[in-house]
Amino acid sequence: MIMKRLMLSAAALALSAGVAQAQYSDNKVKIGILTDLSGTYSDLAGKGTIVAAQMAIEDFGGKVNGLPIELVSADHQNKADIASSIARKWYDTEGVDAIAELVTTAAAIAVREVAKEKGKIDLNSGAASTPLTNDKCSPTGFHWTYDTYAMAAGTANAVVKSGGKSWFFLTADYAFGHNLQAQTERVVKANGGEVKGSVRHPFPNADFSSFLLQAQSSGAQIIGLANAGADTINAIKQAKEFGITQGGQKLAGLLVFITDVNSLGLETAQGMVLTTGFYWDMDEGTRAFSKRFAERMNGKMPSMVQAGVYSQVTHYLKAAAAAKTDEGIKVADKMRELPIQDFFAKNGKIRADGRMVHDMYLAQVKAPAESKGPWDYYKIMRTIPGDEAFQPLAESTCPLVKK
Amino acid sequence: MMTIFGIPTQALFGQLLLGLINGAFYAMLSLGLALIFGLLNIVNFSHGALYMMGAFVAWLLLTYLGAGYWLALIIAPLAVAVFGIICERFLLSRLYKLDHLYGLLLTFGLALVIEGLFRQLYGISGMPYAVPKELQGGWNLGFMYLPIYRGWVVVASLVLCLGSWLLIEKTKLGAYLRAATENATLVQAFGINVPMMVTLTYGFGVALAAIAGVLAAPIYSVNPLMGSNLIIVVFAVVVIGGMGSILGAVITGFLLGLVEGLTKVFYPEAASTVIFVVMAIVLLIKPAGLFGKRS
Amino acid sequence: MNRLTPQVILVLALIAAAIVAPFGVYPIFLMKGLCFGLFAAAFNLLLGYVGLLSFGHAMFFGFSAYITAHTAKEWGLTPELAILAGVAVATLLGAAAGWLAIRRSGIYFAMVTLAFSQMMYFVAVQAPFTHGEDGIQGVPRGHLFGLIDLSDTFAMYYFVLAVFVASLLFINRVVTSPFGQVLKAIRDNEPRAISLGYQVDRYKLLAFTLSAGLAGLAGSLKSLVFQLASLADVHWHASGEVVLMTLLGGVGTIFGPTAGAFLVVAIQNYFSEAGSWVTIIQGMIFVVCVLLFRSGMIGVLAPWLKRRGLTG
Repeated sequence: MIMKRLMLSAAALALSAGVAQAQYSDNKVKIGILTDLSGTYSDLAGKGTIVAAQMAIEDFGGKVNGLPIELVSADHQNKADIASSIARKWYDTEGVDAIAELVTTAAAIAVREVAKEKGKIDLNSGAASTPLTNDKCSPTGFHWTYDTYAMAAGTANAVVKSGGKSWFFLTADYAFGHNLQAQTERVVKANGGEVKGSVRHPFPNADFSSFLLQAQSSGAQIIGLANAGADTINAIKQAKEFGITQGGQKLAGLLVFITDVNSLGLETAQGMVLTTGFYWDMDEGTRAFSKRFAERMNGKMPSMVQAGVYSQVTHYLKAAAAAKTDEGIKVADKMRELPIQDFFAKNGKIRADGRMVHDMYLAQVKAPAESKGPWDYYKIMRTIPGDEAFQPLAESTCPLVKK
Repeated sequence: MMTIFGIPTQALFGQLLLGLINGAFYAMLSLGLALIFGLLNIVNFSHGALYMMGAFVAWLLLTYLGAGYWLALIIAPLAVAVFGIICERFLLSRLYKLDHLYGLLLTFGLALVIEGLFRQLYGISGMPYAVPKELQGGWNLGFMYLPIYRGWVVVASLVLCLGSWLLIEKTKLGAYLRAATENATLVQAFGINVPMMVTLTYGFGVALAAIAGVLAAPIYSVNPLMGSNLIIVVFAVVVIGGMGSILGAVITGFLLGLVEGLTKVFYPEAASTVIFVVMAIVLLIKPAGLFGKRS
Repeated sequence: MNRLTPQVILVLALIAAAIVAPFGVYPIFLMKGLCFGLFAAAFNLLLGYVGLLSFGHAMFFGFSAYITAHTAKEWGLTPELAILAGVAVATLLGAAAGWLAIRRSGIYFAMVTLAFSQMMYFVAVQAPFTHGEDGIQGVPRGHLFGLIDLSDTFAMYYFVLAVFVASLLFINRVVTSPFGQVLKAIRDNEPRAISLGYQVDRYKLLAFTLSAGLAGLAGSLKSLVFQLASLADVHWHASGEVVLMTLLGGVGTIFGPTAGAFLVVAIQNYFSEAGSWVTIIQGMIFVVCVLLFRSGMIGVLAPWLKRRGLTG
């Protein structure tokens, strides 16, 4: 490390002879996409996030201040230990400057610890849990697309206000599930609703029959699904198989992605209310990006996680160019300083706790008759302004927030 | 609402019925394992992987050839049995004279290879496999709504297990098989082709696993890792029933399904562990297993 | 051991190589190899010298990792105390599980140990202090004896190396002692050992407990190196992996398990971005080892070395 720095400064001296010269380690900017490429979340994140990052780099021109941008990717299999060791290897030996995407809270926190220790950047899009911007926050760590607070504030609010007062939770048994359930319970109770119980299921899980049976006998009006990806899909399908939805109980998917709606089909998913940070069919900008994305992904439209990766990688590159270095803390400061203005986030800004605040949307899944074609799935019911959607800075337990 | 120990009967019966459905899978898998152990003295660690292969063959048939569920129920076991027989002839047969543990290790390696290959090809998120048209819908049993397909699984499994048991206990072929399990050399001396019988038994056990795989496809979705955790539970079932005991394996399979279902009512988090607790207790009290003869 | 036999020279050469290694090789990789090498050596104490195949050794490795991580992070213990706590728990766990398991042998023994490790896995999933799927993350490496800062990678490496060498010497001492001779006698012919008046069960239990404690030591070290204790370490796949390492290196040899561990860790490191190819390759190695090289790498290498007069 010391040798490297010495060599770099020698080279800088030789080159610039006094003129302030950009400082980039290994004379390149290297970004790693660490995601779930084979598991439960590979559909909503996975390969699509690598494509999104590639697009971001191409659109940026492939170079930062004349130096090349490199992209590497790996599968963390949703396991904390694998994520942690790959991140360590990347930062230590392969000159990776920033790791992006990071679906699954367990993996995200594992990478956050490593990145914080080494003063390197981590950019979260897929992971949902709020601790990432609370007690696990870091000066060089960012949370981009959405979080459990925003999901609960959007979906649970809407469901309780439309009369769903008593809840039972099916919760994925790891930090994300617990976090999502806790956030939702808070909103339900604040709106005068009650929680009749909950059951935790292993992650990932294929057979929900016995959990659904417990939810059924609880007599709650709403069965809240505090899980994601394939778990949510399986739970919704099996609820139908066991006649639970016919019995009058309603399911509330607390974290539903457009890819989930696609695999469920509109017939099963119609009428469901959900919160999202991005929908492809909102304006010219979103449509243009999504069309280019779909061309590379066999016609699949981007999920909010995938669109978020494009936005975060672009912003990182902008900051790295403006800061004239790839040194973690300096780029991070620059990222906080610059506003985010792209198709994904209008007037987005990064707070002290690393939260990127932008507008969220409350959407309802269309009925098959309303849908005009493939991927025409959502009606946007309401725009939730960023400051309302995300946890107020005053409530944050992040030590970086000055109070 | 009626209650037993503070639990609504509705929930109790529902969970017991679901337990019975899980038990059906345990029974089919442990039956095959017990058969193979009885004759080959091999603890087949790859049984779970072969069960997964059965489900995948069904999915591949549907996706690439348009062949439906009922056809898959016949073709998948045959295809997987052929694969199993090849493994037995070329790999396992070299280990019969060695310690049983080598058989366990070899099949463990095989399981890793098979599961790894399918993971590499299809990921682990699982492929949906629809319930066949004839078995869609459900019955309202009063205490719960039972999907017809799950009822069919229990019936099919009972018929298969009973059929296998009759085949082994009541036919001449079965008599040879039992005799060979006791003393292979002697049976060979009577002019019966024991190696052939060993191979066919392995094929039969594997085919049972594949059928279970096809039956499971619409319930659990087709996933490369679907057998990897199940196999450990099924091992426990075989050990509790008594290694090599056919009837023991079947009865224990269904019984433990029920125990698991019951646990889900009272202490859901422990459901995946209760079988191992039972196993530890049984081994301490009755080391040869509930139905085992040899000590 | 006092004379400079070729064997001693070989060991010294290996230690010298290990001392300079981190200047050329990624230290984290080396430490992972040493941790798993120790784990495999501990496991081999049972399989190689008593002839008992445990399929549940991950419970000692993984649980000890949890205890060390928890005590270091939440209670602020210094690394040596955190490791001691982990080893103590693993040893107790080993004594309890061993007391039940050694009543059976062969396949049944493997199954019983597997069952216990599944139970411990359940505890690890449910107990609040392990944090379920997330594991215990951000474990501080701390200051050894309050003096040496282990967050320095090199300091950590030499600490791990020292513990590793000491443990291997200890294992070597155990298997060459009269106690070890009795173990081998039990392995080769248990009824004879009984008829000679040895209380076989006590020997087995002691060996099992020692093996569990050493496996725990390996797990504790690993949790400090990676600053993480997770479910992967208690999962039965980890139990399978340690069997593979031992089998690959050579059952019943001192260096075999470590060699096997380094090879497996190298495969994992090299293919870490290739997903399930690691599993496929491991499975193939398993099959090939069982069919062709039941004596493992060292078993193949040792006669060759002997022919060249390199080992006594």
